[in-house]
Amino acid sequence: MGKVIVITSGKGGVGKTTTTANIGTGLAALGQKVCLVDTDIGLRNLDVVMGLENRIVYDLLHVVEGQCRLRQALIKDKQFGDRLVLLPAPQTREKDAVTPEQMKELMKELREEYDFVLLDSPAGIEHGFKNAVAGADHAIVVTTPEIAAVRDADRIIGLLEAAELYDPQLIINRVRPGMVRRGDMMSIGDIDDILAIEILGVVPDDQDIIVSTNRGEPVVTNPKSRAGQAYRNIARRLLGEEVPLMNLEERKVMHWFKRLLSGEAQ
Amino acid sequence: MFEFLSKLFGGFEGSKNRAKERLRLVLVHDRASLSPGLVEALKEELIEVITKYMEIDEEGLEVNFDKSDDSVALIANIPVKSVKRGMGEAPGGKRQSKGRGQQGGKKR
Repeated sequence: MGKVIVITSGKGGVGKTTTTANIGTGLAALGQKVCLVDTDIGLRNLDVVMGLENRIVYDLLHVVEGQCRLRQALIKDKQFGDRLVLLPAPQTREKDAVTPEQMKELMKELREEYDFVLLDSPAGIEHGFKNAVAGADHAIVVTTPEIAAVRDADRIIGLLEAAELYDPQLIINRVRPGMVRRGDMMSIGDIDDILAIEILGVVPDDQDIIVSTNRGEPVVTNPKSRAGQAYRNIARRLLGEEVPLMNLEERKVMHWFKRLLSGEAQ
Repeated sequence: MFEFLSKLFGGFEGSKNRAKERLRLVLVHDRASLSPGLVEALKEELIEVITKYMEIDEEGLEVNFDKSDDSVALIANIPVKSVKRGMGEAPGGKRQSKGRGQQGGKKR
């Protein structure tokens, strides 16, 4: 029986979809069978982040309405084949076309087959959020070190508890160590003080994310990327491994020293 | 470089402290806004507990949040009809409510 995890945030644009794609791909790279489900009806994006947008025939709605079999709608990943599949969201229909009960049924079916089912939740706290949360047994909250994102994360944590999803875990995305050092960005500790939930991972702000999204290849498969490393760590933690949080600060200093020593002026 | 120097000499106050302070306040307010359903549940449990000790006017019971700029208080107005005789000893069975929505924000 697999785990069903919803990835949510409240605020839009903090990196839910990127996080879902990278954790899923990271888990598949560790040998897990993973299914990604895009629940953002009408505004699907997980397909483009995964680079699978041209292969969509059926979607979530076709499945719950019985217009196709589940297997027909699942799109195999380019690299990992049937170890990593995507169930895309419908792009054209009304937002309330799918019900929480249908989602629960679908999750029951998926967790039989896969080790991890990751649900990419839409922004907001309305119907789409409720759908995404309905069949999940665990939640990951994504935030960035910004006041609006942390506030919404706090609200979402409350709503998750109300939906009986206790002990959500936090991913702090787009951390900029330089700004934290200058005191112009909240640190991991600051956010931990405020939200007080377990931190699953810290992802540095990284241009590689944009490059990899442009290509439709999750950054987790890029061995040189720091954000990729952060996502690889998160995937390992989800499998129960103890991996210390990345020390963003130290690496930066080391990097600077290396540049200094190699006489690289920049 | 100028920024760095001005910070060095003008104290280390970064903008994140402003963010933290504002966030703390806004969360006190956010977390204190309970849904009507929760307030009803709170009322019922309050009545249940208080009637162990005294007779109260259940209709007249009022529960509200009082929000000022930097704090939130739970104000309950409970009209007492009579106090039961012989309530020197407290009855057993403590109960604590759990959950984020029900706490009046984090303590400072």
